[in-house]
Amino acid sequence: MKTGVDLQAAEEIAASVPDPELPYLTLKDLGILRSVELQEDTVVASVSPTYSGCPALDVIEQSVVDALEQAGFKARVQRAMSPPWTTDWITEEGRKKLAANGIAPPLASQADKPAFFARAVINCPACNSDKTTKVSEFGSTPCKSQYRCNHCHEPFEYFKCH
Amino acid sequence: MAQNNTDALIKTVVQIADDHLILGHRMSEWCGHAPMLEEDLSMPNMALDLIGQSRALYTYAATLENKGRSEDDFAYLRTDREYTNCLLVERPNTDFAHTMLRHFYFAAFMQPFWAGVLKGSDETLCGIAGKALKETGYHVRHSGEWIIRLGDGTEESAARMAAAVDALHSYTAELFTEDDARQTCAQQGILPDIKTIQTQWNSTVEQVFKTACLQVPEVSWPQLGGRDGQHTECFGYLLAELQYLQRAYPGAQW
Repeated sequence: MKTGVDLQAAEEIAASVPDPELPYLTLKDLGILRSVELQEDTVVASVSPTYSGCPALDVIEQSVVDALEQAGFKARVQRAMSPPWTTDWITEEGRKKLAANGIAPPLASQADKPAFFARAVINCPACNSDKTTKVSEFGSTPCKSQYRCNHCHEPFEYFKCH
Repeated sequence: MAQNNTDALIKTVVQIADDHLILGHRMSEWCGHAPMLEEDLSMPNMALDLIGQSRALYTYAATLENKGRSEDDFAYLRTDREYTNCLLVERPNTDFAHTMLRHFYFAAFMQPFWAGVLKGSDETLCGIAGKALKETGYHVRHSGEWIIRLGDGTEESAARMAAAVDALHSYTAELFTEDDARQTCAQQGILPDIKTIQTQWNSTVEQVFKTACLQVPEVSWPQLGGRDGQHTECFGYLLAELQYLQRAYPGAQW
């Protein structure tokens, strides 16, 4: 291992890269940055995909490499599949940011486990009412579904647990 | 891993990847044509899940094979006879009832299958399965609820659902066929026992059909051939569209 590479600085840079679809969340908030290591003189960041088909994945991986290279590091990203990412890894900070941006954060994993016609109670991120209706299981990105609040009438998105 | 075991794993992983890519492509054909906006979001979302899963599987097959092929080579540069997806997933969309039933049959199979792979011995497949299992849960629920709504719906929707069952049920037997490669993988503890999966699939289908007022038909003549590269006529048209860009502009990059 070469000395002189500030791994902690590299880790902070990788952790603060924003998600392209939820730009107020960092990779650290999402819990998808698994490790930042030094291999020879290259910083290797392991990133987990969220959903299998998430189109943001390639952009995220490129953004990590770009951010590290801009800071003068030689960098590479590797995809960490196992163990699979779960929404339980979204940090407390990440959940607060989601709610502040009008997206109901995910329930604990398996709490909204799919069963026919079963509907989990999702609180409105605007007024916190539990009188909400699911409009669509699937939304604008693979990780979200569409809801409407019956109390304040605000439409909102719910980050599905995964 | 012994070479013949690796070959069996590659063959199996490509079969599973082909199932996902082709069904994903079929679902993507609905984009912009769905009966309502929510479904226009749902079907491409499910297509994305399937195509994403197929990408991970093709990449794994390419790594195992170690011949310098990529996921794109598998998807864009094989001919119809080299594709080994089951026939069910290539059947045309026809109408919303056919599309939802085809999806339900497949997702109800993949749910216990992925759960079994997750308990298996192959670390990469476990990683793919862990993700896919959760996604498949949404697919079973979404398509299953539509089977129930339509089957137990109006005279028209019930008739269309029943017609879809007539048309597609004989294609489901192929989900449970096991060639030598799959048997090898099962013996290695990589794949679950197919008989157990069939029992779970039967139970899911019976439960949903009962609520949907549909009969589970007897299959007297199972439709097979996809795993040997013998496809139905519509498959050539599907592949022509899927591969158009790469065939017209070889080597084009996104």
